[in-house]
Amino acid sequence: MTGSSANSSQGGVIAGSFGKGAVAGAPFLLVIIPFALLFGVVGTEAGLNLAQVMGFSMLVIAGAAQFTAVQLMVEDAPTLIALLTALAVNLRMAMYSASLVPYLGAAPLWQRLLICYGLVDQTYAVSIARFESPPAMTVSDRVAYILGAFTMIAIPWYAATLLGAVLGAAIPPGLPLDFAVPITFLALIAPALKTLPHVVAALTSTCMALAFSWIPYSLGLIVAAVLAMAAGAACEIWMERRA
Amino acid sequence: MTQSDATVWAVIVGLGIGTFLIRFSFLGLVGDRPLPNWLLRLLRYTPVAVMPGLVAPLILWPEATGGTLDPARLAAAAVTLGVGLYTRNVVASVLVGMVTLFALLALIP
Repeated sequence: MTGSSANSSQGGVIAGSFGKGAVAGAPFLLVIIPFALLFGVVGTEAGLNLAQVMGFSMLVIAGAAQFTAVQLMVEDAPTLIALLTALAVNLRMAMYSASLVPYLGAAPLWQRLLICYGLVDQTYAVSIARFESPPAMTVSDRVAYILGAFTMIAIPWYAATLLGAVLGAAIPPGLPLDFAVPITFLALIAPALKTLPHVVAALTSTCMALAFSWIPYSLGLIVAAVLAMAAGAACEIWMERRA
Repeated sequence: MTQSDATVWAVIVGLGIGTFLIRFSFLGLVGDRPLPNWLLRLLRYTPVAVMPGLVAPLILWPEATGGTLDPARLAAAAVTLGVGLYTRNVVASVLVGMVTLFALLALIP
């Protein structure tokens, strides 16, 4: 085999991974599009101009944090409080970042910069599910996969924000799309319940997130997640000793 | 909103940079240095430790019903999880779950 044909077949695999990532991200359009439309509408009604609405969706790309920031600004909260509260909503993404290190840490810095810009819940969820399953991928395949998923989600996210901001309240409310968020995530959680420790971690996360939902600044979720990771790891150790 | 344009932009840019730094934290700074085994063991459970906690309050206390438990939404959630566990197919679970929700909301006035 010549060098150039090896390269082109490798390129083909990478393009294939990008496409597979994009396909895996597609079900989330059910969530992304209504959520972005709503942000466009709400942001504009709150008094943001078009550039500012788009600035949120393009520089931040984190729906829940964007809504939190806009709501606090509408309520005339101190600017620093608005900023820190919205940032706290995104803290879970540090956990996503850490859990991707074994899979993507070896990628070149510029690729990791791009991946981190687009590390939203949905890209993370579909990518980690693929990375954990056989057959194992190469690092460059994983990069293509996660960027494929992100592209599928990001372009409609920008476009629907723009549409919401321009069309405003002309969009009919109607369908119960509020519940698309839990449904799409549940669909990803189910196949992730692979072993007893995974089930233990998921149950701990559920119970603790409900129990700590009173903690302000979305920090209850962080507490619940740390406890759930510990519970999963403890269960794994217990099973190893028993075996 | 009474903030000046500059203040709004400060929040947008600050939130953008801050969020990026949160996302970049480990993947960016650790790179391909090996992580200790105890940490890897914990991180294996990240998806199942974060996602259930993220959606549990949305399922039990949906904003659309003012935070009260809603039978249609609860049933749709259970069906989605059930189909997911049985088929391990994400797209099938989403579709069946959404159809269940629409059907139940149409049936229950």
